[in-house]
Amino acid sequence: MQTSIIISGFGGQGVLFAGQLLAYTALDNDLHVTWFPSYGPEMRGGTAHCTVIISDDEIGSPVIRNPDAAIVMNLPSLDKYEPLMLPKGVLVINTSLVDRSVARQDIDSVMVPASEIADELGNRRLANIIMLGALLQRLPFLSIEMLEKGIDAHIPERHRDMLDANLKALHRGFSEAS
Amino acid sequence: MKKELLKGNVAFAEAAIRAGCEAYFGYPITPQTEALEHMSKRMPELGRTFIQAESEVAAINMVYGAACAGIQTMTSSSSPGVSLMMEGLSYIAGSEVPVVIVDIMRGGPGLGNIAPAQGDYNQMVKGGGHGDYRIIVLAPATIQELIDLTYEAFGLADKYRTIVAVLADGSLGQMMEPAVLPEMRPVRPVDKRPAWALTGAKGRDSHFITSIYLEPLDEEKFNQKLLETEAKIEANEVRYKELLLDDAEIAIVAFGTAGRVAQTAVKIARENGIKVGLLRPISLYPFPTDRIRRLADQVDGMLVTEMNSGQMVEDVRLAVEGRLPVSFYGRMGGVIPMPEEILDEVRKLKASITEKV
Repeated sequence: MQTSIIISGFGGQGVLFAGQLLAYTALDNDLHVTWFPSYGPEMRGGTAHCTVIISDDEIGSPVIRNPDAAIVMNLPSLDKYEPLMLPKGVLVINTSLVDRSVARQDIDSVMVPASEIADELGNRRLANIIMLGALLQRLPFLSIEMLEKGIDAHIPERHRDMLDANLKALHRGFSEAS
Repeated sequence: MKKELLKGNVAFAEAAIRAGCEAYFGYPITPQTEALEHMSKRMPELGRTFIQAESEVAAINMVYGAACAGIQTMTSSSSPGVSLMMEGLSYIAGSEVPVVIVDIMRGGPGLGNIAPAQGDYNQMVKGGGHGDYRIIVLAPATIQELIDLTYEAFGLADKYRTIVAVLADGSLGQMMEPAVLPEMRPVRPVDKRPAWALTGAKGRDSHFITSIYLEPLDEEKFNQKLLETEAKIEANEVRYKELLLDDAEIAIVAFGTAGRVAQTAVKIARENGIKVGLLRPISLYPFPTDRIRRLADQVDGMLVTEMNSGQMVEDVRLAVEGRLPVSFYGRMGGVIPMPEEILDEVRKLKASITEKV
């Protein structure tokens, strides 16, 4: 069993960290995992994405053309990854920054106003975690409890005071997709 | 030891430290800069030497100096930076001092870009510096291999008094994967440095290390000495990994990241009933020539795939010696091929074989 996930958005939206959380959590649960970032001259405001592959077996290619799941944090990311999704794939869309609907009928589209919910929770930077919660509700390749533990174990020390807010965001995203 | 999620650049830097690397000299360049960053923090902590040189040219000559003193030393860089080091590498080869270099290749030629590529196979394997020399070149495909080969590189460099290059691409430098780091070896004490090292001639005859042999017969004698070392390397240090070759009718040959992508292509092909296997050379010099020759007698078709315009394929064809045609599929410019592309090539090859029969 292998699951490939692409997380994409603007730099600064936490897409690389969201991918790392999945990777750390997979490792903590004895799964194979690769985390492959876009790396370029872009900084905050540019585009960023990462590919995470989680498997119970050895992983060959760390890149894939057609993902099982994608989290798109903005419109350019939706435009890029909607056509590439595998049929029945899960596409989680941050509707706060996307002003169009999804054309594909053969995929599971999950509309989450993540940036607005994050504002409501008091910190816009929680949007990435909200999206992770929504993804795991639809495609439980890791359980929500595993990810809770993952956040607790791997949140950077300087953001430790944000632990509860992150856990709350995770659950809020999960229930948003229910 | 416990598995950790490690970024390639950090992983090989820490592996080098644990292998006993006493002095690191380098200059930042994407996509390997995190290695420099890690070294800059860890080496002083451990009381070892880290210097960010004023250029790659300076860095390689600092490495040369440290190696002459019998210190276990290394540098790392990426394609354009490694080009600048080529003169130094030739002098190091001409002086027979052990050095480790890690090259995290990017797209080229020229300044190119910072995306993953394998365009520097010829430069590293065929001796990009001037003169007659060959160096051990090791090509990892996973973060664990990147760690293990870097760790091992120091011992190999010492054993053969040669340069050992770890040749990886930008994706291995940048990606994260679970891996186990090796145990920490202490730095080699001064009194355990090699017998030829320049350690100060107090109480003994002086040592002499040079790459100048003005008398052609002397130079030729030195060249012959290098050949003898290379013969030992070729006899002892061939490494490769095989996947599903036993009953294969088609063999893919690919190294590093291209080999890893090919691994996925093999898996999908097998699910579709195509008998294909993979030979992944790990040592690019010495090259697994004999294994490829035997494979050529077994399979009906061979496909080489690389992230360049076709460099290792020449060595594969030399090994095959015309026993069968060798097809090639390459992506260039910093593009990683997708498994489906390689699968398409396998299908084409399969179809052309069936036609002939």
